Amino acid sequence: MSSERVFSFKNMWFTASVGGVLAIVVIAACIGFIWIPSSQSDKTITGLWDAICTAAGVPSRFQPVLLPTLPTGRPSNVIVTATMMHPADSQSIGRGATLAMQCTMCHGIRGMSEAASPNLAGQADAAIYKQLRDFKSGNRESVIMQPLASALSDPDMRDLAAYYAYLPRDHNVARSAQVEQAPLIVLNGAPMRNIGACASCHGDHANKAAVPNLDGEPESYIRAQLQHFAASTRRNDINEQMRNVARQMTPDEIDAAAHYYASRGE
Amino acid sequence: MLNKNSKYLVLAHFWVAFAGFFVALLLGEWQMVMRSPLVHWIGDPELYYRSVTAHGSAMAYVLPTLVAMGFGYAISEFSLKQALIGRRWAWLGFALVVLGTVTAMIPVSMGLASVLYTFYPPMIGNPFYYLGVVLVVVGSWIWVALMAINLHAWKKTHRGEPIPLPMFANVAAAYLWAWTSIGAAIEILFLILPAAFGWKTTIDAGLARVFFSWTLHAIVYFWLMPAYIAFYTLVPRAIGGRLYSDTMARISFVLFLVFSMPIGIHHLFQDPQVGSGVKFLHAVFTGMVSIPTFLTVFTICASVEIAGRLRGGKGLLGWVAALPWKNPMMLAVAFSFVMLGFGGAGGLINMSYQLDFAVHNTQWITGHFHLIFGGAIVIMYFAIAYDLWPHLTGKALANVRLMRTQLWLWFIGMIVLTFPWHFVGILGMPRRMAYYDYANPAIAPQAFSVIISVIGGLLLVISGVLFITILVKGHLANRIEPEEFRFSMAVHAPTRLPVALNSFGLWLALMIGLTITNYGFPIAQLMSLEQTSVPAIPVGVRK
Repeated sequence: MSSERVFSFKNMWFTASVGGVLAIVVIAACIGFIWIPSSQSDKTITGLWDAICTAAGVPSRFQPVLLPTLPTGRPSNVIVTATMMHPADSQSIGRGATLAMQCTMCHGIRGMSEAASPNLAGQADAAIYKQLRDFKSGNRESVIMQPLASALSDPDMRDLAAYYAYLPRDHNVARSAQVEQAPLIVLNGAPMRNIGACASCHGDHANKAAVPNLDGEPESYIRAQLQHFAASTRRNDINEQMRNVARQMTPDEIDAAAHYYASRGE
Repeated sequence: MLNKNSKYLVLAHFWVAFAGFFVALLLGEWQMVMRSPLVHWIGDPELYYRSVTAHGSAMAYVLPTLVAMGFGYAISEFSLKQALIGRRWAWLGFALVVLGTVTAMIPVSMGLASVLYTFYPPMIGNPFYYLGVVLVVVGSWIWVALMAINLHAWKKTHRGEPIPLPMFANVAAAYLWAWTSIGAAIEILFLILPAAFGWKTTIDAGLARVFFSWTLHAIVYFWLMPAYIAFYTLVPRAIGGRLYSDTMARISFVLFLVFSMPIGIHHLFQDPQVGSGVKFLHAVFTGMVSIPTFLTVFTICASVEIAGRLRGGKGLLGWVAALPWKNPMMLAVAFSFVMLGFGGAGGLINMSYQLDFAVHNTQWITGHFHLIFGGAIVIMYFAIAYDLWPHLTGKALANVRLMRTQLWLWFIGMIVLTFPWHFVGILGMPRRMAYYDYANPAIAPQAFSVIISVIGGLLLVISGVLFITILVKGHLANRIEPEEFRFSMAVHAPTRLPVALNSFGLWLALMIGLTITNYGFPIAQLMSLEQTSVPAIPVGVRK
């Protein structure tokens, strides 16, 4: 018995098992990689090799002609990625501080506004950078910000973002207290109306690129932005994620969300 | 007869496994209650996912790994009739599993790693959670090595003799686990941990999911192995019958070795990063797994029929009535087969590339794996514990009535828990939800199903309490001198086996070969493509 060799074509177990498994692989592959893709009504498959590549999941060439062109143009030219912002160095922050001299009138000496314009201290750098670019390109409309941003170069905007992200903003609300105070719209959203929880993007548990931190922002500013989104007078949310939410919110919910976020971080 | 130290070794594995199981069982029921319309919602989804992560990690990693390891050590001594070689290493492996469990559970309970036990990148939790899981796996690799070493030593002194079936199956399980755990290990070490430590801000979530699928399906067969070993080597003996075919058993185990690996992508049918042809290939091989399953069902039913006829059962179905229904092992195997039947039928839906669209990510899936693993497999873990306990403690496990009650409750509880899940899954109720808005008129009619599942879960908790009670009572009972532990005898005991069925080389080669044909291209392609990474999303309490 011990003289019997397993890995030998004379061994029935070897030939049957390897042959059987190979047969299954070959038949399944022929069906999955050739027959099924070729028999699809999809006209983009042009031949045998193309069918195999499609079934194997080889990415097909990008076809810009298939992209729909929106009559209103793109909502934003900024492609947000996690690596969009470079790590800030002290030089960048310093340059940003100098550039920020022209912002102090509205956004405060250290990024904390006293004029109900947004507090920028401690804001996510990606959020500031994206909004500046949208102001410059006109994707976000503002008679005040557009002329100011149009003078800024791309490195200028990055420096400003780095500077304001670097400034401290107080967060002194205890976590347990937040849960009690948060209105339902922030905590749960309203599933029946397709409104996700505000907190799923703007909150402790979320950390998404270019999503602004709303804690301690002026109540009137948050309310105004939600109203702009609802009325589509602000359109620089690239997937309409904010417009879709805001359109469904009642005025009371807008007030509640604005009041809640404004009350955090005071 | 087990050496005294080996008894402690096996007991230690079983007790930690069952302690983890019990805590996870309570968490599972808490989740059901919190999600039901019976109580006011907790208000914080993070708490829910924290619990789900602990429940899944304990049930999927800690319980089956420790049961397989402990049972494996017992099988090695009982069936080879030689003292366990490397017992100190076995204790080290056990210590690593325990250490890993504690390491993983601390961040989970602090809410720093609520990523669920399947990790779900690009979600990223605290690195210690993943390190803990790695420690559990490394501890189990020691077991794999020890099983191979013990078998090798036995073979040296028993040249040409057939390997005892329990050890053959046990080592097949060990090799299966060694190969399948590599996928998750690669995922954690090379993709998740760099992001968890903050060295990288992006992760190739698609590739990570492919690597996890490498582990995700064969791990189910690793969970299943102790149950199958019990089917073949404990059940016929316990109910007074004979194993119908020793060869059939060996063929089933080697087929599991070959076919349970190259099928994991059926978990990724809805994932965009894998081509449809690859998915079809995996669907075909998933279908092949039904062969060893059907072989097992046939062989065990035939073995049970032998017992029924030996006990005087006559006619086409008369042998069923003649079976020893008061024997817990008989009940367990019957319940296990019923649940395996329903769960397996549901599994055929899941593995069908097209039908899967209807049930993907619904409660159907949760129902399926609870029925198969929590039902068919775990009920056999109970039976294994009952069977081994007197031999481990040297004390009688006398209260057979309580055991029957426990098994009945587990069976009924699991059916009551999972059947509503299957039903509402078809209606489209999503899984992994912390919260259902019962005010929604579309969801409101499904509220009753969640309440029924809460009741099913409650029965399971009662059964779990009984199980622990029975085992504890076993320690406090009167000392006895248990007979020598025996495994089932086959109708025709193997005296000569083809080398292919008495060694693993051929089957391991096929397992690895099929892994390469079925996983090689998707992995190579995803690794070579650029710009496939997405931002890692830290999960848990920030600041």
